[in-house]
Amino acid sequence: MKRYSAFAVAREALRYHSGWERAWASPEPKRHYDVIIVGAGGHGLATAYYLGKNFGITNVAVIEKGWLGGGNTGRNTTIIRSNYLQDPSAAIYEKARSLYEDISQDLNYNVMFSPRGVIMLAQTEHEVRGYKRTAHANMLQGVTTEWINPQRVKELVPIINLEGPRYPVLGGLWQARGGTARHDAVAWGYARACSAMGMDIIQKCEVTGVRTEAGRVVGVDTTKGAIDCDKLGMVVAGNCSDLSNMAGFRLPVESVALQALVSEPIKPCMDVVVMANTVHGYMSQSDKGEMVIGGGTDGFNNYTQRGSFHHIEETVRALNETFPMVSRLKMLRQWGGIVDVTGDRSPIISSTPVKNCFVNCGWGTGGFKAIPGSGWAMAQLMATGHSYLAEEFTMTRFKEGKFIDESVAAGVAH
Amino acid sequence: MLILECPYCGVHAEETELQAGGEAHLKRFGPGSSDEDFHDYLFMRENPKGVHFERWRHVNGCGKWFHAARCTVTLEVFGTYTAQTGTPPQALLDEISTKRPGWTWREFTDASAPHAGAEDAS
Repeated sequence: MKRYSAFAVAREALRYHSGWERAWASPEPKRHYDVIIVGAGGHGLATAYYLGKNFGITNVAVIEKGWLGGGNTGRNTTIIRSNYLQDPSAAIYEKARSLYEDISQDLNYNVMFSPRGVIMLAQTEHEVRGYKRTAHANMLQGVTTEWINPQRVKELVPIINLEGPRYPVLGGLWQARGGTARHDAVAWGYARACSAMGMDIIQKCEVTGVRTEAGRVVGVDTTKGAIDCDKLGMVVAGNCSDLSNMAGFRLPVESVALQALVSEPIKPCMDVVVMANTVHGYMSQSDKGEMVIGGGTDGFNNYTQRGSFHHIEETVRALNETFPMVSRLKMLRQWGGIVDVTGDRSPIISSTPVKNCFVNCGWGTGGFKAIPGSGWAMAQLMATGHSYLAEEFTMTRFKEGKFIDESVAAGVAH
Repeated sequence: MLILECPYCGVHAEETELQAGGEAHLKRFGPGSSDEDFHDYLFMRENPKGVHFERWRHVNGCGKWFHAARCTVTLEVFGTYTAQTGTPPQALLDEISTKRPGWTWREFTDASAPHAGAEDAS
């Protein structure tokens, strides 16, 4: 793998860009790997990357039924923040956010991390209390956030309307070091780094069965034949129930559609990320100038990767009030992804009833921001059997009553 | 857009008129049940890629709860039936078998039937 650098750009400019290599290889599967990761999204690739980087395990295959980063990694609204209420969440999301800060250098791939700041608007008295509580919790957790008043919100977001008749802006939870990153680049950067370590990323290869012997995983059946492994990591989102059923256990998740949309590109008008959880809408402006807007989930189980139109309507209707200028924007595209939601809206990073089989799922509506931290924890769990970051995120926590309840803290936009 | 026929008022209601209520035909486990049963009742839900049975409420209509059989992959609706129906009507199950040969769901439990927990609690 050739390093990307300013020098490399200059060198290629002088020879008609003939020297660039493919960023990652497309090998056929081998017969056996030490570790197989199912799912080449951000979380799966990050898991593989940290297995190699932190633990020297490089005989790894990452299997993907579609194309690399084509699931929720390429469908989210790219928001990165770590202002969660509960300690285990704050720990893993803050780990992820801090890894994002120098991930471009680490991967030698520009993920365009932009720590532009994230405001979560408080538009009801309950939210005011909730966010003040979160700000206090964050102070104890070592996560830098602050409660800001409406005037400060207006300074940060001049296009906002503070005096909405239904949803006035009463303040906000401000995380200055949150922001956005280019979601595809995160997957591509990890893929390139994994491929450079000798790992196989096998696309268009669907897992059709999980083979076990005496309660221990021994391999997977795929559309490209059977592949043996010592350890298996299931790192898929919406389809995790399907996959866990193949291995013979159930997961406490339900799969629903979550939608997002983008407007036509316009001149820079908002240089922070704004989330309005009461009205189920969040918005940021991409580097191309599009307003990127996310909404809430549909209420019913769905695997179609498209959601209900009236949810889009509700989201835009609500944003119109808070951002009156949105009413004159044309929307370019709308899409959906299938997210796996748990009862307490927190993920599952856990060993399973099947020995040597690990699962990383349940990120629900907020997985993108967690990618580096999730991969870090999952790699540690798979390599050593234990991870301080994943300790609380077991799949048995519901039975033990040890919820990591972010459903109230995170609201809808997670 | 999802359109379900309300089995009570006969209205072909579209999504904004309805509220999704989650998995149908749940058997309630309460005091006296095992930890596993109680855990599954509270947290484990069927999440099938294909045929699914759900509860819906005609919330902006007659206000009544009913059941629906639906495909989560195509959003095809196989049929709806009243909330008082303990297990799906055989005709509906046959129709689903014609359209989706080899489909499976969990074993149907008649939610209206008495169970161990209820006896202990009474």
